[in-house]
Amino acid sequence: MAERVLMKGNEAIAEAAIRAGCRHYFGYPITPQTEIAAYMAKKMPKIGGVFLQAESEIASINMVYGAAAAGVRVMTSSSSPGVSLKAEGLSYIAGSDVPALVVNVQRGGPGLGGIQPSQSDYFQATKGGGHGDYRMIVLAPASVQEMASLTIKGFNLADKYRMTSMILADGTIGQMMEPISFEDAEIETYDKPWALTGTDCKREHNVVNSLYLKPEALEITNMERYERYKIVEENEAMWEEYMMEDAEYCVVAFGIASRVAKNAVATARAEGIKVGLIRPITLWPFPKKALEDAADKVKGFISVELNMGQMIEDVRLYTKCKRPVALCNRCGGMIPSPEEVLESIRKAQKGEF
Amino acid sequence: MKTTQILIAGFGGQGVLFAGKFLAYKGLTADKQVSWLPSYGPEMRGGTANCSIVISDQPVGSPIITTPDVLVAMNLPSLLKFVDSVVPGGQIFIDSTLIGEKVERTDVTVHYIPATQIAKDAGFSTLANMVLMGKLMKECDAVTFEGNKDTLKAFIPAKKENLIDLNCQALQAGYDF
Repeated sequence: MAERVLMKGNEAIAEAAIRAGCRHYFGYPITPQTEIAAYMAKKMPKIGGVFLQAESEIASINMVYGAAAAGVRVMTSSSSPGVSLKAEGLSYIAGSDVPALVVNVQRGGPGLGGIQPSQSDYFQATKGGGHGDYRMIVLAPASVQEMASLTIKGFNLADKYRMTSMILADGTIGQMMEPISFEDAEIETYDKPWALTGTDCKREHNVVNSLYLKPEALEITNMERYERYKIVEENEAMWEEYMMEDAEYCVVAFGIASRVAKNAVATARAEGIKVGLIRPITLWPFPKKALEDAADKVKGFISVELNMGQMIEDVRLYTKCKRPVALCNRCGGMIPSPEEVLESIRKAQKGEF
Repeated sequence: MKTTQILIAGFGGQGVLFAGKFLAYKGLTADKQVSWLPSYGPEMRGGTANCSIVISDQPVGSPIITTPDVLVAMNLPSLLKFVDSVVPGGQIFIDSTLIGEKVERTDVTVHYIPATQIAKDAGFSTLANMVLMGKLMKECDAVTFEGNKDTLKAFIPAKKENLIDLNCQALQAGYDF
């Protein structure tokens, strides 16, 4: 068995990024993700990498933009209010088709909110955040092991599709420690002929830019980008199914909420309620197929979220409203207990949605 | 299949998180599934701090503990906050140097250990947390007492290696109480 070490989720992201070949980190501190920056500050100078604490979130995301344009693996990390500040940069990065990894260890919002865990940036991550037509690959780890494996996956996918991968975690997964092993990580590398690496007077200049003053050109660029997004949607959706084989009810939850939900599902099963769990691992692309298939066999869904009900809209959308969908939620930094989720499952069984 | 949920709570600075880390590493070296979750709110900056450790034979579901099997209370506010959440049949470990109150519940086993006094008398006054861990390992079968030194070596940095023996002594003092 591979060697297991105990690590905080935030540290696991940082270590995984380094192993994935990331040598450029630009950030600005904010709870509850500061361990990522602290880890990078300690490690990067020793391996010839760059750790830079910028003067602001806006500066750091634009440093990411620059480094990404130069073709290196680069990342930044923040938490909810900080990610809002980065939104402009996210849009520019998308508009320039350069790859980057952005981590959001979410806390309660809106506004300055609080520092306790939350999933209330689901809309921001999956539906936009910045302006314009664009998408990001959104990965939602539910364990410290996944904080590492999805970080590596995120870099791979970002390079493959020339887009931003966002790790959408939360304060709990960021702060907790669990055993983790790095040995199975597959690091992929991609040629980047578009990168600004210097021409050596041997080739045409590359240009990285998001400005298109001719609407015809901008339209074509956007449409081509969406062709690429379509391939991502077809090929990269990831999810986990738990006890879904004979399920009559389906809980949908990601990240920390899925861990709580799993406990509730196990207890409900012990009570004889046929319930299962679908855990989206990618929030974009959303695991449409899993939801579509489930809608044909279950009597109803329960969306468990740490927000006022954001993913539930996608659950309804991709199940085409064929079945009722209940919301089991807490917000503002609160987390539902397994008992609260269990109660929602019991209600669903009684037909109360 | 067994899952043990342990909640350690006290003031910031009492080594609550360190003690929890120690238990998590004990579980790890015994090839168990573990999770360790600290409170990271403003309370850790001078108020009450707590951490949740789950040690299990199967993958850990929720790392958040609402009904602990074991509570370690290192100050009165923590005891009052969590005493009612302990499952019936669970165990409570209390630093009786710092907490004069007795637990009224009769459906849990309560251990009163003057850990702060024991640690002070033995010359390692900052290790009351580990005295409590020693007693916990004696009374609770989630982790075994063997191999403490190796476990401590796994997460105490080489620079502070001199602390390993002291920690072992503190664990022993708690175990022998």
